[in-house]
Amino acid sequence: MVSETIELRGHIIDSLILPKVLDEILRAGGTFRIEQIKIGQRRADQSRAQIEVSAPSTESLDDLILRLRQHGAEVAKRADVQLAKAPADGVFPHDFYVTTNQQTFVRLKGKEIEVRPVMRDSAIAVDSARSSARAVKFFDARKGDEIVVGHQGIRVVPVQRTTSHTDIFQFINASISADEPKSAVIRELAAELRRARSSGGKIAVVAGPAIVRTGAGEHLERLIELGFVDRLFGGNAFVVFDVERALFGTSSGVSAERAVAPVGHQNQMRAVNILRQTGGIAGAMEKGILTRGVMHACTRHKVDIVLTGSIRDEGPIPGVATDVVEGQKIMRDKLADITHVLLLSTLEHSLAIAAMLGPTVKTVCVDINSAAVDRAVEQQPLRSIGLVTDVEPFLRELGDCLAAESDAK
Amino acid sequence: MLCPPDYYGIEYEINPWMSRARGAEVPVAQKQWKDLHATLSKLNCKILLVNPQPRLPDMVFTANAGLTIGKKFIPSNFRHQERAGEAPHFAKWMEQHGYEVAWLPQDYYFEGEGDALFGGDTLFCGYKFRSDIKSHQAVADMLGCLVISVELVDPRFYHLDTCFCPLPDGGAVWFPAAFDEYGQRAVREHVPDLIDVLPDEAMHFSCNAVVLDRDIVLPAGAPTLVAALCARGYRCHELPMSEFIKAGGACKCLVMFMPQRESATG
Repeated sequence: MVSETIELRGHIIDSLILPKVLDEILRAGGTFRIEQIKIGQRRADQSRAQIEVSAPSTESLDDLILRLRQHGAEVAKRADVQLAKAPADGVFPHDFYVTTNQQTFVRLKGKEIEVRPVMRDSAIAVDSARSSARAVKFFDARKGDEIVVGHQGIRVVPVQRTTSHTDIFQFINASISADEPKSAVIRELAAELRRARSSGGKIAVVAGPAIVRTGAGEHLERLIELGFVDRLFGGNAFVVFDVERALFGTSSGVSAERAVAPVGHQNQMRAVNILRQTGGIAGAMEKGILTRGVMHACTRHKVDIVLTGSIRDEGPIPGVATDVVEGQKIMRDKLADITHVLLLSTLEHSLAIAAMLGPTVKTVCVDINSAAVDRAVEQQPLRSIGLVTDVEPFLRELGDCLAAESDAK
Repeated sequence: MLCPPDYYGIEYEINPWMSRARGAEVPVAQKQWKDLHATLSKLNCKILLVNPQPRLPDMVFTANAGLTIGKKFIPSNFRHQERAGEAPHFAKWMEQHGYEVAWLPQDYYFEGEGDALFGGDTLFCGYKFRSDIKSHQAVADMLGCLVISVELVDPRFYHLDTCFCPLPDGGAVWFPAAFDEYGQRAVREHVPDLIDVLPDEAMHFSCNAVVLDRDIVLPAGAPTLVAALCARGYRCHELPMSEFIKAGGACKCLVMFMPQRESATG
């Protein structure tokens, strides 16, 4: 939506010009927000209203404003954004505007342009010649780039609450604590994922090692097999745990199947070694060494895998991006078309991903730690649900719901 | 103020009534105008005549000269170039007659009494075809009175005085279909006793009447309206106006009050 502020003045209440203008905005498919209104107190006093008018495109807005001018509306003069040059590569001007993850517009030479992509904790670089504005991270900034400073000429459009009463995200929009029932929510989530899949949405899973450690790996595999995972984000540890379990039946030395004494880290190290030796997951599968597990399922079902490393990584195993800046860029790229994200028991990775999401992406965060859930959920207001629970029962039940529906078909 | 129809004729087409192929019969027009003059004189009107000017055929429609309140004259800013030449003549004449001339900003179209009529203490103003609503705000600023702006939607009733005529008892004669829905509601809200004019009678410019207290001078051809007015105790004087209707005007268009009101606030 693009918008413009108009002013109406005169006996706009008695003449019904104000309701007429508001009705006309709605009839044209636009929306309005009354920014200011001053109503005359005495009979002869004139009234004045300042109204922000929004329409789906610049053309439809221009059309609408033209019609409103006939009823006396005048376009309010708005200031352009203020710019300053980046003083050095990777450095923003002192008073740079810090973006949110909401849709943002800047006014340049009297025209509003949308900042792309929507990216929080960035600056806005403006290309005056091309009339474009983009969100930039520190590492993207080049000396001399025109960066937006201050708050003038900037308009942020917060995500609106939809009018749907059935959207589970808006209906709950909070965290469900450990001692609250979850089955109904999980059923609704399953329905949401089915809707996403049938309407061309893309589902990403951000997988923490706890999935494997709690024995939920096979439930995640089921989601993958049912076609509910388009992209999997993970770190070195998730892959190592998953492969260790596939090869040795343990994760971090603990058996998922049998109550026996842990065997220490040796299996994990051996798994890393095999992956390095075979060139990674695909190599290990080709050689017939890796025959099960989440990574195996991903490869078989052509799920896009995005792996980024951290400082604790062993190996690292081939295919893991170890340069963190490079890793951020890859993740951002790979999140661009995602509509739904399941953040599953990994605080660091979940927060990193949540910070990169556009305002309309729906997220579900599952973690045993309520603080972790709260932190991830607060990043996506009106678009996220948190569940404080062990990830294993969550994935088991979600898999059951999705499988039941698939069987029914 | 009236202007003799010495140069009157259909020389251009700036409203749906005008057709150069269907010109006004000059002698008939002269007679109709003289009858109006005589009728107003008979009703004790003091009539002043402005000098007609060649190549300004519509100067005869003096209602569009401007709006006069007390000793203040707000001249028109004509929308059509064809009539713009009238403005300086009217302004000069008014100045010579002791009126303070208060021009509106040049880019606000305003066509005087044609689009601005007092009903009680409220100034009703029409907009879209000829006057801009912005001019209403400016007039409200100048006069400090309540201005009700109404949108006109039928190009045949392009001035307010072609479809709305306030009466001294607080009521008004009007043709509602000439107004948009909001304008109709606004008028209904502010005028207690409205007399609706039938479509056929509206086409005879029945709303374009000169109201002099209990006497109403209006074009012939509106028996229903005349009956309604008589029932309210008005005396109606019907005049043939065929030759002026060809240009989109009638009794009221040929007259500007000096002043329309002594003061804008009653």
